Amino acid sequence: MNTGLSWIKAYVPELTCTDQEYCDAMTLTGTKVESFHRLDKNLEKIVVGQIDKIEKHPDADKLIVCQVNIGSEVIQIVTGAPNVKEGDKVPVVLDGGKVAGGHDGGPLPEDGITIKAGKLRGVPSNGMMCSIEELGSDRNMYPEAPELGIYIFPQETEVGADAAEILGMRDTVFEYEITSNRVDCYSVLGIAREAAATFRKPFVAPVVTVKENGERIEDYISVEVQDPDLCPRYCARVCTNIKIAPSPEWMQRRLRASGIRPINNLVDITNYVMEEYGQPMHAFDLDTIAGHKIIVRRAKDGDRFQTLDEQMRTLDHDMLMICDAEKEIGIAGIMGGENSKITDQVKTVLFEAATFNGPNIRKSAKRLGLRTDASGKFEKGLDPHNAKAAIDRACQLIQELGCGDVVSGMADVCQPMREEAQIAFEPEKINALLGTQISREEMLSIFQMLEIVYDGNTNMLTVPTFRQDLACCADMAEEVARFFGYDKIPTTLPNGEATAGRLSFKLRIEQIARDVAEYCGFSQGMNYSFESPKVFDRLLLPEDSPLRRAIVIANPLGEDFSIMRTISLNGMLTSLATNYNRRNKDVRLYELGNIYLPRELPLTELPEERMQLTLGMYGEGDFYTMKGVAEELLEAAGLKKKALYDPASGKPFLHPGRQANILYEGSVVGYLGEVHPLVCKNYDMATRAYVAVIDMPCIVEKATFDRKYEGIARYPAVSRDISMVVPKHVLAGQIEAVISQRGGKILESCELFDIYEGEQIREGYKSMAYSVTFRAKDRTLEEGDVTAVMKKILNGLEALGIELRQ
Amino acid sequence: MKEKLEQIKAEALRQIQSSNALDKLNEIRVSYLGKKGELTAVLKSMKDVAAEERPKVGQMVNEARQEIEAVLEEAMARMEQAALEARLKNETIDVTLPATKNRVGHRHPNFIALEEVERIFIGMGYEVVEGPEVETDYYNFEALNIPADHPAKDEQDTFFINGDFLLRTQTSSTQVHEMEKGKLPIRMIAPGRVFRSDEVDATHSPSFHQVEGLVIDRHITFADLKGTLAEFARELFGEETRVKFRPHHFNFTEPSAEMDVSCFKCGGKGCRFCKGSGWIEILGCGMVHPNVLTMSGIDPQEYTGFAFGVGLERIALLKYEIDDMRLLYENDIRFLKQF
Repeated sequence: MNTGLSWIKAYVPELTCTDQEYCDAMTLTGTKVESFHRLDKNLEKIVVGQIDKIEKHPDADKLIVCQVNIGSEVIQIVTGAPNVKEGDKVPVVLDGGKVAGGHDGGPLPEDGITIKAGKLRGVPSNGMMCSIEELGSDRNMYPEAPELGIYIFPQETEVGADAAEILGMRDTVFEYEITSNRVDCYSVLGIAREAAATFRKPFVAPVVTVKENGERIEDYISVEVQDPDLCPRYCARVCTNIKIAPSPEWMQRRLRASGIRPINNLVDITNYVMEEYGQPMHAFDLDTIAGHKIIVRRAKDGDRFQTLDEQMRTLDHDMLMICDAEKEIGIAGIMGGENSKITDQVKTVLFEAATFNGPNIRKSAKRLGLRTDASGKFEKGLDPHNAKAAIDRACQLIQELGCGDVVSGMADVCQPMREEAQIAFEPEKINALLGTQISREEMLSIFQMLEIVYDGNTNMLTVPTFRQDLACCADMAEEVARFFGYDKIPTTLPNGEATAGRLSFKLRIEQIARDVAEYCGFSQGMNYSFESPKVFDRLLLPEDSPLRRAIVIANPLGEDFSIMRTISLNGMLTSLATNYNRRNKDVRLYELGNIYLPRELPLTELPEERMQLTLGMYGEGDFYTMKGVAEELLEAAGLKKKALYDPASGKPFLHPGRQANILYEGSVVGYLGEVHPLVCKNYDMATRAYVAVIDMPCIVEKATFDRKYEGIARYPAVSRDISMVVPKHVLAGQIEAVISQRGGKILESCELFDIYEGEQIREGYKSMAYSVTFRAKDRTLEEGDVTAVMKKILNGLEALGIELRQ
Repeated sequence: MKEKLEQIKAEALRQIQSSNALDKLNEIRVSYLGKKGELTAVLKSMKDVAAEERPKVGQMVNEARQEIEAVLEEAMARMEQAALEARLKNETIDVTLPATKNRVGHRHPNFIALEEVERIFIGMGYEVVEGPEVETDYYNFEALNIPADHPAKDEQDTFFINGDFLLRTQTSSTQVHEMEKGKLPIRMIAPGRVFRSDEVDATHSPSFHQVEGLVIDRHITFADLKGTLAEFARELFGEETRVKFRPHHFNFTEPSAEMDVSCFKCGGKGCRFCKGSGWIEILGCGMVHPNVLTMSGIDPQEYTGFAFGVGLERIALLKYEIDDMRLLYENDIRFLKQF
């Protein structure tokens, strides 16, 4: 909402403050000023001059030499402007003065343009005559300005006067951010009321009196509202003998400052009242209204209607229409119809000031794709009381500005209106909520400024109807706080029962996951929760994969953001690909984020949100690097047992020979592997990439912070190396299982220290060597202990088809 | 005898002087002082010396021996020192060559900001909790005093799944879950991902993060809200940070406010960063609306509370001077490595 400060001051006449003071004070009472700018910024030493005489420039065909009377003296100005003649009154910037912009109307320079006396083609020129663009505005706001050339004032303008003042530029435009609860502040009167309370100055509302012509409204129009749920009030008045003309300068100025282009008296009056009261109005040409009857009803599905922007619109049953006895003439609250629009030939005008169901207008405007200034106001839910005040104001202006005559009376179809809210006055409760000690008198004085009436007998506060946001004691506390000053409320810390600050167990385990990933060289990434359903194809998931059962967003930003991810890999692979394509070397990333698994589709209960630790890398490192990270994580989370790896993990997006499920205590807690070359190709990566996905809920379930000291071994260890030739299909895991099962209590560790395939080893076999360490806690092992156990181990290995080497 | 001793000694000392290596010195020691050394030989030949001369000769031998030993030791020490010096000199390295680093990964700036926030509030006795990202209409709107058809639903550009389910638009839904647990007092913060249908650009993302805060207890006041958040701002942005509370509107708080902090770039004088105002908007807050308390089963006559919501990306962008929000979701390693 933009408004000139001078308009506000019209209703708060005692208001005196600088622009900055106004900005700061209003912001601190809740009417936030987004920005403000002076209309006369960089306009200095500009007066009204009259051209006494024009002569040709002796040396330039396109220039003329003007003698300009500026009141105190006559100065010579050389100009190339094509449009001036002797006797014209024009804005003149004097030597050393400033204008806001160039004559071409481009962006305004920050510090304006200084004008100095000089010579043009040898002839002295002591100033410059200005176009509207040089004064920082344009023909949109000053339609009377010529398309090219100098702005010309009306003949009655006083010579020597301040040109900026005459053009209404001695004003500052404030832009406000109005919160959605303060519908009343989408109006000049609403903001003026706030300004008055902020500066504790009287608020002087306009006095509205309508001189009526004695004719009866009933003879002109009748109103029927068929869908009162969508139209709580419909007021109509009629003005006759309409004479279209420009509106007066003061009205044009105010509209201009609000960013509204002046058009003619009738249009300007409706716009003016909409700004002033926050009540949108519509004007129909009464002669186009069949049967002199207004019917407010729902449209029929599929009806077509041409709005006054000449667009054809398709309607539906939930849209409210304004109709006459025969046809639709406007979409309620959104836009009037081409068929009833005002032309310059209009004789009789029907004014409409109504209130409509806010949500309905909002939804209709959305479906039509047609949001207008009017619908923007209606959708907030306007106060029906305001409709009458506004329509009377419009009629008053019609009459006062000589635009027409006002027919007596008003057609008014009104549902029972919300009564004024009554709220008990509880000063102790207000102070208790705010942590203040504000006196009841001060509170009452604040309420009084806000037109909230206190009845000492009932101890009740009566809230004016335009304050639809005030309903309970907390609301009243806010009013007190706003005008007492948020800055004056003390700052304290809560006292009361002490509470322990902590992370949940889940968050602590996630922290460990982050730490481990980072120690292992992985940097944290962040990916979206929603993605494209095409992801499933890119990951080679079969048509019947349960992962394809994803939650679909009804109103996504586009297909690429349309489903909630059921697998976290796409984000990781996309990020790796981004890095790969930017030629970043050796990239390691991790992400902690949810996947969303529906229990049922369509959704009937909340989906399962499972936190996934996703690791991805390319460049340095391989499958076993990734495996190492997984094991570090398990260990750090207190999962001390040995994790097992099942190569039959069946992930179509991973290399079939380089993937494994990670098993802990028999259940799958994640998987890892090399990304399938076709998947790499789908993500435009010409490199091997490795991923691991750890299902964090599984880890959290088994994680523990318990640690027990097991003592440091005091007796010496005995080591034996086992060197063997192993059939290729036998996995290291199987060998280790044999060693650990058969090694018994004295087995301390077994470690693979050599693996080799190729020359010297026959086809289908590989050479492996383990170092096995034995130790007893309570004694020094004897040769016999170790030999017995070794024998068991070797027998077990031979059973796997392994040949032992000497 | 004396001359012989003098001669041996002189020869030994000459050899020591002219020797330039440690092992050479050892050889000298052996050849003079060893079992088969020359001085030892002199001692052995004592039997040929007259008995009355023997002590004198013995003393002379010992003196010669001591002298040789002393000179030898000194020479050895000198030589060891020289050798050490030579070695150290030889071992000089170029300390400006690149370091051998463990490739430790980097934390995401958004998460660093979150950890800062968590650290501050945990210190003040707040518990960190979480709530679901896919929510019901009830928790995201209705229980927060945003009834059906309220324009706030549009303002927040909600992603809907169907009539009942949606992607939460604010972490405030977690407030309700926490209050419904029925355990009072409450001091919690709830970080998490939220969703609004904003197209991706330099300052918008359809998914971003908030940290919700909620305190419910007897006698909680707006002054407590101010004090707590002022403390938070000072911890996060520096001791000299000033705060400003402006009235605002949220359906689920009353009174409501927005908090600005004095610009931590210019200290409040006004700069490009704070668009000349000297202040930067940081968070929304307010006293929990009595309707919200009632709906969650808490008696507003007995309990009051305050709530606040901070945009994490906003903090991260401001604090680390990141000029484009899209960088946060690109995961370019060159970006991440800077944190």
